[in-house]
Amino acid sequence: MAALIALIRKEFLALLRDRASRFVLIGPPLIQLLVFSYAATFDLNNIPFVVINEDPGFAGRQVVARFAGAPAFREVAALPSIAGMAALIDRRDALLAIHLDRTFTRSLLAGRPAPLQIVIDGRNSNTAAIALSYASDIVLAFDADWSAAHGGGATPAVLDVRAWYNPNLLSRWFVVPGIVGLLTFVVTILVSGLSVVREREAGTFDQLLVTPYRPWDILLAKAAPGLLIGSAEAVLIVVMAVVWFGVPLTGSLAALALGLELFLLSAIGIGLMISSLAATQQQGLLGAFLFLVPAIILSGFATPIENMPRAVQYVTYVNPMRYFMVILRGTFLRGDGIGALSGQYLPLAVLGLTGMAAAAWLARRGMG
Amino acid sequence: MNAARLTGLIRKEGVQILRDPSALAIAFVLPLFLLLLFGYGVSLNAEHVPIGVVAEHPNPQTDPFVATLRRSRYFDVRTLPGLAAAREAMARREIGSFVWLRSDFARQSLNAPPATIGVALNGVDANTARLVEGYLTQSWQIWLTQLQRQQGTTPAFPVALQARIWFNPALRSRDYLVPGLVAVIMTLIGALLTALVVAREWERGTMEALMAAPVTMAEILLGKLLPYFVLGMGGMALSVALAVFLFAVPLLGSILALTAVSALFLLVALGMGLLISSVARNQFVAGQIAIVVTFLPAFILSGFIFDIRSMPLPVRLITRILPARYFVSSLQALFLAGDVWDVVLPDMAALALMAAFFLGVTLWRSHKRLD
Repeated sequence: MAALIALIRKEFLALLRDRASRFVLIGPPLIQLLVFSYAATFDLNNIPFVVINEDPGFAGRQVVARFAGAPAFREVAALPSIAGMAALIDRRDALLAIHLDRTFTRSLLAGRPAPLQIVIDGRNSNTAAIALSYASDIVLAFDADWSAAHGGGATPAVLDVRAWYNPNLLSRWFVVPGIVGLLTFVVTILVSGLSVVREREAGTFDQLLVTPYRPWDILLAKAAPGLLIGSAEAVLIVVMAVVWFGVPLTGSLAALALGLELFLLSAIGIGLMISSLAATQQQGLLGAFLFLVPAIILSGFATPIENMPRAVQYVTYVNPMRYFMVILRGTFLRGDGIGALSGQYLPLAVLGLTGMAAAAWLARRGMG
Repeated sequence: MNAARLTGLIRKEGVQILRDPSALAIAFVLPLFLLLLFGYGVSLNAEHVPIGVVAEHPNPQTDPFVATLRRSRYFDVRTLPGLAAAREAMARREIGSFVWLRSDFARQSLNAPPATIGVALNGVDANTARLVEGYLTQSWQIWLTQLQRQQGTTPAFPVALQARIWFNPALRSRDYLVPGLVAVIMTLIGALLTALVVAREWERGTMEALMAAPVTMAEILLGKLLPYFVLGMGGMALSVALAVFLFAVPLLGSILALTAVSALFLLVALGMGLLISSVARNQFVAGQIAIVVTFLPAFILSGFIFDIRSMPLPVRLITRILPARYFVSSLQALFLAGDVWDVVLPDMAALALMAAFFLGVTLWRSHKRLD
């Protein structure tokens, strides 16, 4: 046992030896947490729009006033005709244009459908879809008020929409728990992904193998820094998420902790596997990268797994981050406990143990 | 600067690239692999969303509404017996939302309108929830319009909203994501290609041999830059070909503009990689920095997926110093909107400035010294 502790100590010393290595493990994740948490949002709060109101009547002015008064919209220009609109949209100065033609008020008063044209920049299809639904909400509210004031019949039924778990539909509540997983994952994979190969390149791995340590001891010692540094960083980010960003942590802490440790185990298993396969640090880094990038994109962090084609969804089953995302969002927002998340723990444990076993086998085979 | 010496250095770098296949893999296999994976895997278009419908008392008033939901290509309707079953299905993550028509729906809507249609959304994924809400509103409007056409009453929607979506009329998220993806991938390739090469020379001690050789520092750096530039442009050409031919993303801009922007961006990325590796002199640290300053910011801060206009001002200012941001905006314009010089020229100017900065600082920091 004392021998194992000595070996673990050696691993920490090797990792934290110089200032630059220490800094890259601690500094960037914190900076990224702050910047990304503010940046990663799908909410639109600043939709620049241009108005082309050719309608001389009062109703056109009312519609324009509703848009100008909506908190998510910002009027950037008012044009007399549609000439010049295209340039504003091309340059991205305006996301959408609202065009009311000469007959708008007249049609409304006569009970005919009054056309309201909206032109949207669709380059960012998600922004366009959300902005269009905001615009449609504004128009629907105008419709309802107009009908009420001008003797239209009452609407037979209205939608009463409630969002569970995140009543104001804040993107940040979705993204910040995801960032816990994202940053922890990157640090852990990098720490463990380079641990074996760094020694192999320096030639000290052979020396380690001829010591009386068993291969499992060596692997355990190699896993320790990832586990400790990953846990510490995750705890720090969770605290920041709750205290600084105000994301509610409604579920059980035990469920979150269990998920975190199983997730770290599987990340370390994969990292050590990569490290054992690589012959040089450059290959190790490249391998870590080749795994990290798709694992992040196919984790459900930014885009839902349900939107992916069936075949790609099957690929995500071997991605530990996929399960951890569900655990994070379940414990933060949905108030889940260990029972509700049991379906996520099992695959993580299987992935972790398989990864560690494969790493042990690969590390020994490398000596062949 | 001497042409013969430079050619020698470029040859040496070329031999090294061919001997260690990882550089070739970075330039050609990486974009192929990533574009295939992301092009198919990343989508913001929610279709066939599983939605539960609880009609406590199905009758001729509620049936048409449920039928409208069934006809929508956005929904995959599951009928549930009651509110308890719906809550259960939500908790088990089988449905992401449900619609609840109370037993007195028919009476309410006929005698004391409006009746309420209860809608519960899973708000955890706020973006998807908002899209689902938009689709539900659409279905509701279609249902009401049909109802009123049948009954001949006054229209419920006096204003006829006609939306035209430019550049991407079908709102295919792939058309929007793939150009940005090309930028993210090129960021990775550029930085990875060079971040490791100089650090490796320092670590292996071969840098000292290079310094002892009768070449200038500028020649050493240029000798490293040119081969990787050619590799990177090859990777870019491959990515664009995949985007156009495999993913059918329209390329409305000119090849000339595309080449010019890409070349400038690649210079920035390579320059950044060179600077990182000449500062770090250690592959572990160089690799960490390369990932931290390239991939994650390019993924989150470049406008590739999250709209920069929605970010708070300090973060928007940070994105201004991010080369990927300019490349993403140019690529999105060049692919979907055409040669919008009002967008592309300022982006190119910013990239040129950054390229000059990174290459200049690298040259200034690199001395033939062994401290």
